[in-house]
Amino acid sequence: MSTLRTTRPIGPLVIDIDGVVKLYQMGTETIHALRGISLKIHRNEYLAIMGPSGSGKSTLMNMLGCLDTPTAGRYEFNGKNVAAMVDDELADIRNREIGFVFQTFNLLPRSDALRNVELPLIYAGIPSDQRRERAQQVLEEVGLGNRMHHKPNELSGGQRQRVAIARALVNKPSIILADEPTGNLDSQTGIEIMALFEELYKLGNTIIVVTHEEDIARHARRVVRLRDGLIESDGSVS
Amino acid sequence: MLFKEIIRMALSSLGAHKLRSFLTMAGITIGVFSVIGVMTAVSALRESIETGLSFLGASTVQFSKSSAIQRGGGDSAKYGKRKNITLSQAQRYVKLMEGVTDDISLKAFSQGSEAVYGGRKTTPDINYGGSNEHFLSSNQYAIDIGRNFTQADIELASPVVIIGQDIVSKLFPAESPLGKVIKVKAHAYTVIGTFVGRGTSFGQSEDAIAMVPITRFLNDNGAEGRSISIATGAPSQDTYMEIVDKGITAMRIARGLNANQENDFEVFSNDSLLDAFAKVADAVSSGAFVISAIALLAAGVGIMNIMLVSVTERTKEIGIRKSIGARKVNILSQFLIESVAISLAGGLAGILLGVLAGDGLAMLLKAQIIFPWGWSIAGLVVCTAIGVGFGFYPALKAAQLDPIEALRYE
Repeated sequence: MSTLRTTRPIGPLVIDIDGVVKLYQMGTETIHALRGISLKIHRNEYLAIMGPSGSGKSTLMNMLGCLDTPTAGRYEFNGKNVAAMVDDELADIRNREIGFVFQTFNLLPRSDALRNVELPLIYAGIPSDQRRERAQQVLEEVGLGNRMHHKPNELSGGQRQRVAIARALVNKPSIILADEPTGNLDSQTGIEIMALFEELYKLGNTIIVVTHEEDIARHARRVVRLRDGLIESDGSVS
Repeated sequence: MLFKEIIRMALSSLGAHKLRSFLTMAGITIGVFSVIGVMTAVSALRESIETGLSFLGASTVQFSKSSAIQRGGGDSAKYGKRKNITLSQAQRYVKLMEGVTDDISLKAFSQGSEAVYGGRKTTPDINYGGSNEHFLSSNQYAIDIGRNFTQADIELASPVVIIGQDIVSKLFPAESPLGKVIKVKAHAYTVIGTFVGRGTSFGQSEDAIAMVPITRFLNDNGAEGRSISIATGAPSQDTYMEIVDKGITAMRIARGLNANQENDFEVFSNDSLLDAFAKVADAVSSGAFVISAIALLAAGVGIMNIMLVSVTERTKEIGIRKSIGARKVNILSQFLIESVAISLAGGLAGILLGVLAGDGLAMLLKAQIIFPWGWSIAGLVVCTAIGVGFGFYPALKAAQLDPIEALRYE
């Protein structure tokens, strides 16, 4: 199967994690969510992060997505030290460098598709005419050119996820971070969404999918498996 | 630019909970309404008093038995025990003031009279009174046609009358009133002049007036039970205080008071009337102020409460916004703008209703309508402060939410 896939030269380093540890305090007990993880991700990789619940996969995803900072260890994003950043700096990284795609879509219910896609550009301070143009363009790219003024509850699950993907893409981020992107979709729609990711990958995007489904992970070129807060295996998909 | 967008977001989320926003607003509206309503009415009355209060000249001091503005029952009991100011006391006063000023008008009035000429008559609400030749200057009237009283008219108690424009228009619609004999309360007087029209003050026409010599007035209506008011004009503002002092001394002598007795008469000028009104107005205003402050405080707590509810309800939304790059200040300002918008909208509604109610009351009292710019601007400033003050804690709470926790919230 892999022979059918395009193989690409490895791009520059985007994410460089070295010996990352994350501890949580739960009452009197200390939870070791990540026990020392090292990971390098380059531009235009298509990576799946897998692991059973409790393996630290969500924690790693939050860390990669700059929603959280490590307790110990080094995390560099495009050469910038994320571990030392304050909340607002992290917000800026999330805004410019990371596009999130969530299992539950996480769209604003009262805003139409266009407005939802525009939101990251608003926080980036892009003027409204440019914003509108860019959001329309991305919505067309994900095949929703004729649904721009529909609110989330007027869209199907697949369409909602496409809006969310458009929102993730709109700021031209360094990575797209998808957390169980097909978890709330029927299998046919799931296949369509994974086809869209494949297309985006071929257009040069860097995609990280967090999933517990082997079927989904199979779309990626590289799979990182976690267990008990440590990397169990890391290798290209055969 | 970003700010404009944040305002748009804030307003759209208020629009999503119309009833809730409206009810929260209503608290502020009530608080602002009470203070603006009262302030509008009081300011309108004050304005009218300041422009319309002209039955005394600027540098005139008046002595009478009782005050023009009475407050509470204690006052009327105090005035009731006093003896009337009689004509002989008033004449004694005039004598004592000789060499100081001769611009002294003596006045006595009988309200609710009717003037008749031929088949015509006025409404029975004219101000019928007696005075002397100084009535014009100390009371801000002027002769339109004809002549003023002469000293001879006063000494001889001539049956002559000077009438206001209301009476002229009622009794003499098509002819000159001069030389005609009219009857007021069945007493016949020859018209010798008319007053220039003055319009209304406090809903009362100042032109429904018929003045006869004070001696004649007392002869015709009896001196018993009538107290005379004495208005003394100072030649200039500079000598005013001196005239007041000398007048009080002369009045005490005329009233036969000992050195250790208090004045048994009221001294008032335009200033003292304004002061008396201002005291009442201040009492009402401070009452309204306290009520408003309490109402606004309660409304502020209401805003804080509803904003806290809103932050909890929208935890997920806050998480989404943070995950796609909203900074703390973006979230903080979004929620602050919501609370300020509620507060300001409530304030604007309160100002509008308050001005309508206050001016409505002013119109009922026939005072001028005004727009209380100062109070309105102060109201908006206070509302903004309430919105910021009570909205800050909920907004800060929203801004400080952990994005991971917030995203997980269902």
